[in-house]
Amino acid sequence: MTGNVLLQIENLHATVEGREVLRGVDLVVRTGEVHAIMGPNGSGKSTLAQVLGGHPAYTVTAGSIRYEGKDLLALKPEERAREGLFLAFQYPVAIRGITNAYFLRSAVNAIRKHRGEEELGPVEFMDALEEKLKLIGWDDSYLNRPVNDGFSGGEKKRNEILQLAVLEPKLAILDETDSGLDIDAVKTVAQTVEKLRRPDNATVLVTHYYRILTHIQPDIVHVLSAGRIVKSGGKELALELEERGYDWTREPAPVA
Amino acid sequence: MTSIEAQVLQPYKYGFVTDIEADVVPPGLSEDVIRLISAKKGEPAWMLEWRLKAYRNWLKMAEPHWSNVTYGPIDYQAISYYAAPKQRPALESLEQVDPKLLETFAKLGIPIEERKRLAGVAVDAVFDSVSVATTFRETLAKQGIIFCAISEAIREHPELVQQYLGSVVPYNDNFFAALNSAVFTDGSFAYIPKGVRCPLELSTYFRINASSTGQFERTLIIADAGSYVSYLEGCSAPVRDENQLHAAVVELVALDAATIKYSTIQNWYPGDEAGRGGIYNFVTKRGACRGQNSKISWTQVETGSAITWKYPGCILQGDNSIGEFYSVAVTNQRQQADTGTKMIHMGKNTRSTIVSKGISAGHGQNTYRGLVKILKGAEHARNYSQCDSMLIGDQCGAHTFPYIDVRNSTAIMEHEASTSKIGEDQIFYAKQRGLSAEDAVSMIVNGFCKEVFKELPMEFAVEAQRLLGISLEGSVG
Ligand SMILES: Nc1ncnc2c1ncn2[C@@H]1O[C@H](COP(=O)(O)OP(=O)(O)OP(=O)(O)O)[C@@H](O)[C@H]1O
Ligand SMILES: [Mg+2]
Repeated sequence: MTGNVLLQIENLHATVEGREVLRGVDLVVRTGEVHAIMGPNGSGKSTLAQVLGGHPAYTVTAGSIRYEGKDLLALKPEERAREGLFLAFQYPVAIRGITNAYFLRSAVNAIRKHRGEEELGPVEFMDALEEKLKLIGWDDSYLNRPVNDGFSGGEKKRNEILQLAVLEPKLAILDETDSGLDIDAVKTVAQTVEKLRRPDNATVLVTHYYRILTHIQPDIVHVLSAGRIVKSGGKELALELEERGYDWTREPAPVA
Repeated sequence: MTSIEAQVLQPYKYGFVTDIEADVVPPGLSEDVIRLISAKKGEPAWMLEWRLKAYRNWLKMAEPHWSNVTYGPIDYQAISYYAAPKQRPALESLEQVDPKLLETFAKLGIPIEERKRLAGVAVDAVFDSVSVATTFRETLAKQGIIFCAISEAIREHPELVQQYLGSVVPYNDNFFAALNSAVFTDGSFAYIPKGVRCPLELSTYFRINASSTGQFERTLIIADAGSYVSYLEGCSAPVRDENQLHAAVVELVALDAATIKYSTIQNWYPGDEAGRGGIYNFVTKRGACRGQNSKISWTQVETGSAITWKYPGCILQGDNSIGEFYSVAVTNQRQQADTGTKMIHMGKNTRSTIVSKGISAGHGQNTYRGLVKILKGAEHARNYSQCDSMLIGDQCGAHTFPYIDVRNSTAIMEHEASTSKIGEDQIFYAKQRGLSAEDAVSMIVNGFCKEVFKELPMEFAVEAQRLLGISLEGSVG
C-alpha cells in the first residue's frame, strides 16, 4: 500500500486521572490501509481511541498527532468528527429523548454543513438510509427508538456500524466493535467494513479476536502493551498471538 | 476543554431598561397606599373595600416557608407598590402610546403597533403596574368577547368582576394571594360569551421596568358555557442586582362544556451566576371547572426567575370535567424552582393529567410538588401523573414530592417518574458525531420536553424552544 499518510502519531504520552496510560505511542496510518491493534486488557487501546477523538478526560502530556497533515490536537472533538474522524465506541452511550434517526440525520447534517453542502431533510435522509440499513441487516424499527437506549450489547455495536456506514469517514477507529457480537454479526460487521473500504480512507481496528481478521484483511497488526506499541507485523502476527498469548511480546520491565 | 460543570454567564437577552418617566408611589405598604392605588385606578368603592379586607387579613398571615427554596427575608415596606409610565395613553388610541413603550415591546418581540401586529394573536401589554395597550379589541368585541386590562374591567364590567373575582382564589387564600388582592395593579380580563370560540389567541405580555417595585398582576378569565379560549402570557424584566417581587394571581372559570387553555412562557430575569438579583416569582394560579364537561389546561414553560413558587391547579367541580397540567421548569446557575400542580377532583368521572419536566443545570434546584385529591363524591375519577427530571452536570438537584389523597375507592391513579442525566460521556458521544455541545444539549432537552411543547400554540412552541436554548447556554462545556 502506498497511500498518503492520513494519521501520524509520534511519541504520544497521555494521562487519565493523573495516571500515565500512553507512554510513547508511534503509529503511521496511510489511506487504503486497515490496521489492527491488539493487546492485553488495560494496555491503553481505548485510551488511544479516546485521545484521537478528543475526550476531555484524557490529557496529552507529550508527543504529537497529525491528521491529514494538520495538528489534530488543536481541533475540538466535533471538528475532528466533521473532518472525517470516526470513533466506534467500545461502550456506546445511550441518549434518551432523541431518536436514532434524528441523531443520525443531525450528525450527517453537521458534517454536510461543515463541508458547505446542503443539509438533508427527513425524507431525503430516510431514502439514503434505506440502503445502509440493508447493509447491516436491520429494519427501520431501530430508527425510532432513542439512541442506544435499551439496546442489547450487540445492538449497540451494530448501531455504531450503522453510523459508520452512514457517515463514511476518512478514518474510522473501531474500538472492539466485534466484542459481544454473535458469530453472524461479526461477519456482518466485517463485511460492512470491507465494503466501505476505499483507496482514500483507512480503518484502525482494536480487537481481541483473530476471528474478525479472517473477514477483514488487515495490512498491519500491532500489539499495544503498557502504553506503547511493542510489536507490529502482518496478519500472521494475529494468529501467533491467538496461539501464544501476549507474554512473549512484553518488553522487559524497565529498571526502576 | 471546559468540563460539563463549567458555567459561563449566560447573556439574559431581555435585560435592558426603558428610560421613561414614571409615576412611582414611594415604597411602603399601608391602608393609605392601597387607597391611593385604588384612587389612581378610579375604582368603585366595593373594590377598595375588598382590597382593604385582603390587606387586613394579610397583616395576620405569615410568609410561607414550606417550599424547597431558600432566600433572605423580604422587606415588604421597601417595595413600591405602584409604578406607571407618565402620560398614560388613552387605551382607545394606540397612536398616543409613548413611542418608547412601543419600542420596548417591539424589542421584546411583541409588536403592538397596528401595522406590525402578530397575526392571530391579540395582545394586552402590561408595563410595570399598568396596561399600556390591548390590540384587536374591536375584532373581538364583534363576537361579544371582552379582552381588556382588569382595571378597565372593574370600571366597565363591574357585574362580571364582582361575580367572579376571588371566587377561585379567595382574598385570604394564602399570604401572597392576600398581598396581591390588596395591592394588585393591572393584568388582563377576558370574558368569552356562551358558545363562542375565540378566533384569536389572547395574550398578555408583562414587563417589569422600574426598580424597587413589585409587580402584582391579576388575571381573570371567564369562559361561559360552550365557549373556547386559548390564552398565553409572557414576561421579562431588566437585569438588576436587587431581587424584585412578582406576586400574581390568576383565576380561571370554565362553565358548562367550556374550555380554557392557558399557556405561560415565564422568562423573568433569573439573576446572575452568583445568584445576585432576579425575580421572586410567587404566583397563585387556579382554575375552576364549574360546569359539566368543562376543561382547563395549564401549560407552562418556566425558564426565568431566581425563585419560582407556583402550583397552577384545577378544581374539577363539574361532572366529566378535565384538568391538565403540562410543565417544563428549567433551573440553571443559582435558580430555584418549586412548582407543580393541584388537581382537586369533586365531580364524577373527572379526569386529570399531569406531565412535569424538570431540568436542572449549574447549581439549579428543581422541585416538583403536586397534589392529587380525589374527594368522596368523585366517582370514577382518574389521574395520570408523569414527573421526569433531567440533570445536567452534578452540582444541581431535582426533587419530587407527589402527594396523593384518595377518598373514593373507584379512583384510578397512575404515576410514573424518571430521572436522567446528561453527562460528559453523552456530550462527547454527540460531539464525536460532529454535533456541537449546544446542539447536543438542545436536542436532548427538546426531546425531553416534547410532550409539553406540543401543547403550546404553534407560534409559541418555537419561542419556547429558543428560550430553553438560551437559558441553558453555557451549561455544558
Ligand atoms: N476514564 C478513565 N478514568 C480512570 N481510569 C481510566 C479511564 N480510562 C482508562 N483508564 C485506565 O487506563 C488504563 C487503560 O485503559 P484502556 O481502557 O485504555 O484499556 P484497553 O487497552 O482499552 O483495555 P480493554 O482491552 O480492557 O478494553 C486502565 O488501567 C484503565 O483503568
Ligand atoms: Mg478498551
